[in-house]
Amino acid sequence: MFLHDIGIIPGGAKRSPPTSDKTAITNLSRRGFVVGSSLFVVSVTLVGCSSYEEPKIDPDAIDLPEAGPSPLTEVKGGDATPALWIAIEEDGAVKITCHRSEMGQQVWTAMAQIVADELEAEWDKVEIVQAEGHERYGDQNTDGSRSVRYNFHRLRIAGAAMKQMLTEAAAVYWKMEPSECSAAQGLVSNSKNSDTLSYGNLAKLAARLQVPQEADVTVKDPKDWRYINKEIPSLTIPRITRGEGTFGIDVDRPGMVYAVVARPPQLFGKTGAVRDASALAIPGVLQTVKLPDAKPPALFQPLGGVAIVATDTWAAIQGRNVLEVDWIDGPNASYDSGTFAEQMKQTARRSGTVRRKRGNVASDLANAAQTIEAEYYAPHLSQSPMEPPAATAEWDGEKLECWACVQDPQATRQTLSDLLKIDKENITVHATWLGGAFGRKSKPDFVVEAALIAKEVGKPVKVTWTREDEVRHGYYHSVSAQRLEAGLDTDGKCTSYLHRTVFPPIASTFVPGMDVPTDGEMGLGATDVPFAMPNLQVESGNAKGHVRIGWLRSVSNIYHAFAVQSFAAEMAHAAGKDQKDYLLELIGDARTIDPNAEGATYPNYDASLEEYPIETERLTNVVNRVSSMAKWGRKMPSGHGLGIAVHRSFLSYIATIVEVAVTPEGALTIPGVWLAVDSGTVINPRHARAQMEGGTIYGLSNALFGEITAKNGAVVQDNFPSWRVLRMGEAPKAFEVEIVKSNSAPAGVGEPATPPAAPALTNAIFNATGHRIRTLPIIGASGSRLTLPTEATAQVEE
Amino acid sequence: MTKTLNINGKDETVDAAPGTPLLWVLRDHLKMTGTKFGCGIAQCGACTVHVDGAPTRSCITAHDSLEGVKVTTIEGVTGSAADAIREVWVKNDVPQCGYCQSGQIMAATALLAENSNPSDEDIDAAMSGNICRCATYMSIRRAIKEAAG
Repeated sequence: MFLHDIGIIPGGAKRSPPTSDKTAITNLSRRGFVVGSSLFVVSVTLVGCSSYEEPKIDPDAIDLPEAGPSPLTEVKGGDATPALWIAIEEDGAVKITCHRSEMGQQVWTAMAQIVADELEAEWDKVEIVQAEGHERYGDQNTDGSRSVRYNFHRLRIAGAAMKQMLTEAAAVYWKMEPSECSAAQGLVSNSKNSDTLSYGNLAKLAARLQVPQEADVTVKDPKDWRYINKEIPSLTIPRITRGEGTFGIDVDRPGMVYAVVARPPQLFGKTGAVRDASALAIPGVLQTVKLPDAKPPALFQPLGGVAIVATDTWAAIQGRNVLEVDWIDGPNASYDSGTFAEQMKQTARRSGTVRRKRGNVASDLANAAQTIEAEYYAPHLSQSPMEPPAATAEWDGEKLECWACVQDPQATRQTLSDLLKIDKENITVHATWLGGAFGRKSKPDFVVEAALIAKEVGKPVKVTWTREDEVRHGYYHSVSAQRLEAGLDTDGKCTSYLHRTVFPPIASTFVPGMDVPTDGEMGLGATDVPFAMPNLQVESGNAKGHVRIGWLRSVSNIYHAFAVQSFAAEMAHAAGKDQKDYLLELIGDARTIDPNAEGATYPNYDASLEEYPIETERLTNVVNRVSSMAKWGRKMPSGHGLGIAVHRSFLSYIATIVEVAVTPEGALTIPGVWLAVDSGTVINPRHARAQMEGGTIYGLSNALFGEITAKNGAVVQDNFPSWRVLRMGEAPKAFEVEIVKSNSAPAGVGEPATPPAAPALTNAIFNATGHRIRTLPIIGASGSRLTLPTEATAQVEE
Repeated sequence: MTKTLNINGKDETVDAAPGTPLLWVLRDHLKMTGTKFGCGIAQCGACTVHVDGAPTRSCITAHDSLEGVKVTTIEGVTGSAADAIREVWVKNDVPQCGYCQSGQIMAATALLAENSNPSDEDIDAAMSGNICRCATYMSIRRAIKEAAG
């Protein structure tokens, strides 16, 4: 085993030995002594005792048996070898590697909390090192709200194993038993005397010790956590407030030039004749580069077109404005999203492919005392992170180095290797900070653009997508049409339920002609419906993709929760019952649900149903909690309404209540939102609350305003006026979050707040006005208010 | 054409094409990347700087119109309002991804410098030009009120 295996950084930051007047940092309150800052000699004054000088450990002077390889390479979640994750420098700095991308979910802080807690590191010594894209880290795809879920166990093991090795190193040095030594807050002490050894001093010796077996590694009892489940402040935010930190768009390389790309308006459109004389005449424009046309399937390849390379981004944009290109129509030139919406609705009216079945829906519907049906439609959406896609590439003739705001640096590296025919070993991908992502930056097409242009230009190139590029050339959230039918008995109780969902699958981006909704997408709110009625059927209908379809925060859960939770409220109305009470009745008794037992193929977010069952009790619990928070059932002022929705996604259970206030003219405000979440073990409650607020408003923004449409195969919207997003003045006036205390396995927090937002909002609008909204968006890009039918206006005026 | 701009109290000589927006002069010429690009058409506020103290969208402000005025960016904004805003931003972990926050902080600082006790309505009016897709809006509202004390 080598020193680098435990992460000693050779030549790490060295400081001069301290002078006597600056040796001490007082820390009396916690440890009862004063710890010096030196790396070679640490002065420790025990209260009432004489000064103690920590001896400098020379590992070469200590005879140790040869250590074998790490036995922690295959623990649950992947490699937990401490050296992969932690490097302790001689000055005590604890460098923790974060292999997931930081995009505002505070994954840097969360990963550091987990490791540092088990390691017993001092928090103010912790620094984050962002990992490059490499298989050694295991999965790096920062997507699916699973960074904590995938890594919680192995990072605890890594931290605890390193703590044990540091403790053992102290025991070796002191010639004691490890059981006589203990580690806390960066220091190892012993039960025999008052001596201590600091982590920075012990690290090199610890590096020569055998990494323990997992069975011999003890992680903390949750009651002893210092950082996990605590509101530890963010590691990134202080820098953000000074304008520091490097996002993908901020990367700078010596001699770098700047590029934007003119892309064909339609997916798989081609580049015809290019007339670039006017573009080249713009001051600062250096050259144009024709990119290869895209061919189906879309995958992560760039869209083709022409790059304009210039001395600054503005010159490149100006050059693009006057560039003349004859675009050649491709196979999607006839795509019109309005026409397609009608086709999808027709599909939803015909029998589909059965994806889950209980009892006999058809016969029960035929005999029901009352039947209701409803059709829902939700449009394409754009992720639109505030930082548009941006990437910098540098090619030296053999090696390619890229810096980019990517959610998955490994997929980026693989894609670059595949498309540029460069050996992967010669490609380095650095993930920068991501200025938001929401799924857009899982797709590294923009990095490939930068690499292609850099190879052509022979200089480092930064490609920036303008907002228009981002809105027009995205990987869009899928459009969907759904139909639901229910049969109620004479008491209004639901006895049969049919849900038919039609949408172009994300797989259409990866498989030519693929038009069948996948099990994964069906499992995002359709086949995992937690309702208890005796007859239940979930069906899918096929739809082709005509634009690139991709992941967007919470994915198919958005339209499925919108339809299912709206329909739950519609059933309650038909039954003449309270929405919340009816929702609890639909969910039924406490039990676990296995959709696979009813014919579904249910992936459960890549988790086992044993570890992460669908537990109706947890749904019921968050419904009851949020109802109590919002005082559900209270008398509302005229024009006000509360709406509720509950949804399990990313293995978390969230119930949301929205209050709306609607004027007779249709002006809508949101006085309050209440949300109860059960995400199992939460690493940082403050940051989880931020995700609950952010995820909810992302959903409200989409529901109120969001709509991407296409004409002649080209996306119509281009920037924030036509692609509208929610602003400060439209945000809820109050927002309360309750996190259910739980020691269950950690679930996702980044996405699951989004799905219940839209139906809670539309259910609230129904309760305020009597007007049922089944087509999104509610207001749209250019509207300022709801269009209310006369009877709804009358209800508001009452 | 060479221009001299006073940025964060320092004279900077810039050689950019006439009409080049301040945003790209800051980011690409002066390598001051704290000021962000979000939309390019003054719709999102990510590029907000102060020109003689007033919040200004640098993406539509030609750099060559700024000779003789004082430009302040996120890297250089100081004073009691800026200090108060930074303090509450850090204390409350206001940002999420942080990309829009340079603009949010510049807008909030200008608001607080002008109005030491803003109401929710004042905050909404002053900050509605700054989009945040992470939706830190409620945190921003709470923090500005806290900074105002």
